[in-house]
Amino acid sequence: MRKTVLLLGVAVCALQAAPPSVFAIRDARIIRVSGPVLERGTVVVRDGLIEQVGASVAIPPDAWVIEGQGLTVYPGLIDALSTLGIAEAATTTAVSTRISSRTPGPPATPAPAETPGPPALPTTTSPPARGPEDRPSNTSWVRAADLVSPSDRRIETARSAGFTTAVTFPPRGIFAGQGAVINLAGEKGGQMVVSSPAGLYLTVSSTGFSSFPGSLMGVLAYIRQIFLDAEHYKLAQEAYAARPVGAKRPDYDRALEGVLEAPRLLLPATRAVEVDRMLRFASELKRPAVLYGAHEAWRAAELLKKSGTPVLVSLKWPERSRDADPEDVEALRTLELRERAPSTPAALVKAGVPFAFYTEGVTSSRELVRAVRRALEAGLSQADTVRAFTLSAAEIYGVADRLGSIDQGKIANLVVTSGELFQEKTQVRYVFIDGVKFEPLPEPAEEVSR
Amino acid sequence: MRPRWMLILAAAAPLVAAPPIVIKNANVLTVTKGRFQGSILVRDGKIVEAGEKVLVPEGAQIIDASGQYVMPGIIDNHSHVAAESTNEGSISVSSMVSIKDVLNPEDISIYRALAGGVTTILTTHGSANAIGGVCTALKMRWGKDAAGLLFDGAKPVLKMALGENPKRRGGSTPFGVSASPPRYPATRMGVEDVIREAFTEAVAYRQAWRNYEARRKRGDRVLPPRRDLKLEPLVDLMEGRSLVHVHCYRADEILMILRLGDEFGFNIKALIHVLEGYKVAKEIAAHKAGATTFSDWWAYKMEAIDAIPYNAAIMLKKGVLVSLNSDSPELMRHLNQEAAKIVKYGGVSEDEALAMITINPAKQMDIDQRVGSIEPGKDADLVIFDQHPLSNYAKVQKVLIDGEVYFDRDRDASQRGEREARRKTLVEKAKELQKKSGPPSFRRPS
Repeated sequence: MRKTVLLLGVAVCALQAAPPSVFAIRDARIIRVSGPVLERGTVVVRDGLIEQVGASVAIPPDAWVIEGQGLTVYPGLIDALSTLGIAEAATTTAVSTRISSRTPGPPATPAPAETPGPPALPTTTSPPARGPEDRPSNTSWVRAADLVSPSDRRIETARSAGFTTAVTFPPRGIFAGQGAVINLAGEKGGQMVVSSPAGLYLTVSSTGFSSFPGSLMGVLAYIRQIFLDAEHYKLAQEAYAARPVGAKRPDYDRALEGVLEAPRLLLPATRAVEVDRMLRFASELKRPAVLYGAHEAWRAAELLKKSGTPVLVSLKWPERSRDADPEDVEALRTLELRERAPSTPAALVKAGVPFAFYTEGVTSSRELVRAVRRALEAGLSQADTVRAFTLSAAEIYGVADRLGSIDQGKIANLVVTSGELFQEKTQVRYVFIDGVKFEPLPEPAEEVSR
Repeated sequence: MRPRWMLILAAAAPLVAAPPIVIKNANVLTVTKGRFQGSILVRDGKIVEAGEKVLVPEGAQIIDASGQYVMPGIIDNHSHVAAESTNEGSISVSSMVSIKDVLNPEDISIYRALAGGVTTILTTHGSANAIGGVCTALKMRWGKDAAGLLFDGAKPVLKMALGENPKRRGGSTPFGVSASPPRYPATRMGVEDVIREAFTEAVAYRQAWRNYEARRKRGDRVLPPRRDLKLEPLVDLMEGRSLVHVHCYRADEILMILRLGDEFGFNIKALIHVLEGYKVAKEIAAHKAGATTFSDWWAYKMEAIDAIPYNAAIMLKKGVLVSLNSDSPELMRHLNQEAAKIVKYGGVSEDEALAMITINPAKQMDIDQRVGSIEPGKDADLVIFDQHPLSNYAKVQKVLIDGEVYFDRDRDASQRGEREARRKTLVEKAKELQKKSGPPSFRRPS
């Protein structure tokens, strides 16, 4: 009797001290993504990793068992380009794909460059830059991994929709900074980071006549000069390191350090013209590139295939502004872009172009389903959709050894749903991140963002 | 194995190539070789033969131009269409930027200009600063991608600007505070100084590279100089790898830039606008500089106040190579009428007037070996007008570039209904979608 009480006491203490670390989801439908679907299988999660997955897996005695009948298990969804985890970014427009004021397509969200920066992010607003040597809008050394914190309130919304991971970037500037693959849970920022640096996020925001660069062509010339400077800088630093005695010391340049350490470049390209332009630009820079935006990539799928460049497709499909002048006669091309944008993912699958999705703020469960359904209705298969949200995103960022599918040894990021993902009636029941179980927030009353 | 391959290739070649084209029974205005009534034979994108009697090859596609006029494609050497930016106006020397980087092959102005008979343009940087960017020659191949628009082999053209635009200094002025921060220069003499300083810097940069190359050849292990994209285009100009066009209005600044060109060893291929060119026409001719101007567009600012409609004709008579440009997507559609005005004001010959929108601008871009007149061996860039192109009533019927029809008035007319129907469908669909997503609601402040 006494022993039992003691044991119970220990058990209760253990429960209060730490959440359970071993789970078994039994008899569920398992979408592994890396292999065939298990119609009835079990996933065992231990200490943050997937310990076992299969049709006949023995349940460990110390596991909390979740009866999976009627449930489907997916790898956690990945938002492939976001500012999640960077709380200051929540107050500004997340990620802008706008190239210039002449870009047709979605109504303008205010340009992020104009928003005054919060203190944690270095700003480069003053004095006006007189040329590339002033390194305007260049914070390439800023690492999202150093900025993320679990306190960002948007994280819970995204998690409730099934997102377990985001590739998050410092939001501002032409050379905005280095991204990080983060898990959307943790006590501290450091626990969230899965991989860093994930890539250098570039935008083409410009400031008009007030400061260099003031035009799209100025931005491109500036980026080109920075890459030439980085190459030269590397030569100079290496020469100095080899023989410092009697040699003039080259200046340290953080803006170029950031450029040199980036494993890949994220370049904006929404229209087909921009895809063409950025593919040529990327090959000129001789760096692996990923294009983001891609709403008109259905017209450029073959081009993308030939270049082997992966694409991140924004789920914020272009729409006519509700405030638009009803008398306005819009160009046929603009109308077509709006109509056909959701057919981009299907076109990319058909051409064999690797792609992932990013939400551009469309992270609530209801908005996400609505946006994804448009791609499904335009011909994208359910399996390809899931792959884009999981394994493809992981592959693009070089973390497919850890994330993106339900395989033994991978990080235990899972979404457990009441049915097929991206169906209006399907509910997210649980989300596992690093093996920790979360239950989604109740869906709030509908809000349509303006 | 090999012979069989050769056979297949030999058999395939004629199938792939487009059939030759013969434009028959036309009034041909060659611009450089007079006028005749006859035919033009086009093969593989080139003019093969032009004359009163031309042998029609078997399988040729015939375009009957009875009663119509054929002239070389119109060339507009100062336009801003087909580009997504115009000015890098933040600094006074922005030679690192290039229009080629921001081409927009979907700019509808391309098609509209085609409908006015324009086949080649120089799409240029604006005039916001003393040294602008590098401009690019294009053929108006509507429907092709950005690379497909490029005029192969044409030299890049650097843009410079003098006078009121580049000396807009920003900051606080006697007239109030400008939206732009202060910028040097604020005077015409400052503009000269900015250009001279930039070229002085470029001369030093060129020397640094020469020194480096010399040391490297001697076997020294030296670090190359930093590549400077701002100075490279200036070196290119001094070395003859590129050309320069200069935006200007007043006689004094025209003389200034001619002397500055002498100082740094570059010839000015075209003075742009050059509305006071008639005052210094002899000096312009002596420098072998070209001039590209308007017929009668002026008085839009102080420095454009002393203009006359005889400017082009006077410069021409003094021996200047003169062309007309549009600088506007609207004017661009009827450059033939601009040429006609020079016949009216100044009484130049019809050929001389047509040369101002064809061979002369081609010469100012160094592409006159390829385009600008109807001569065997040249690119088959041709415009068919229903009447003499110097008539106000002339309408473009067909435009060929490299022997391919890029504009056809009948085809355009027949497609309009279809396009309108498509637009209606799309608008309706969008409305449906918006209805489905429900009425707008608004975020409450939290």
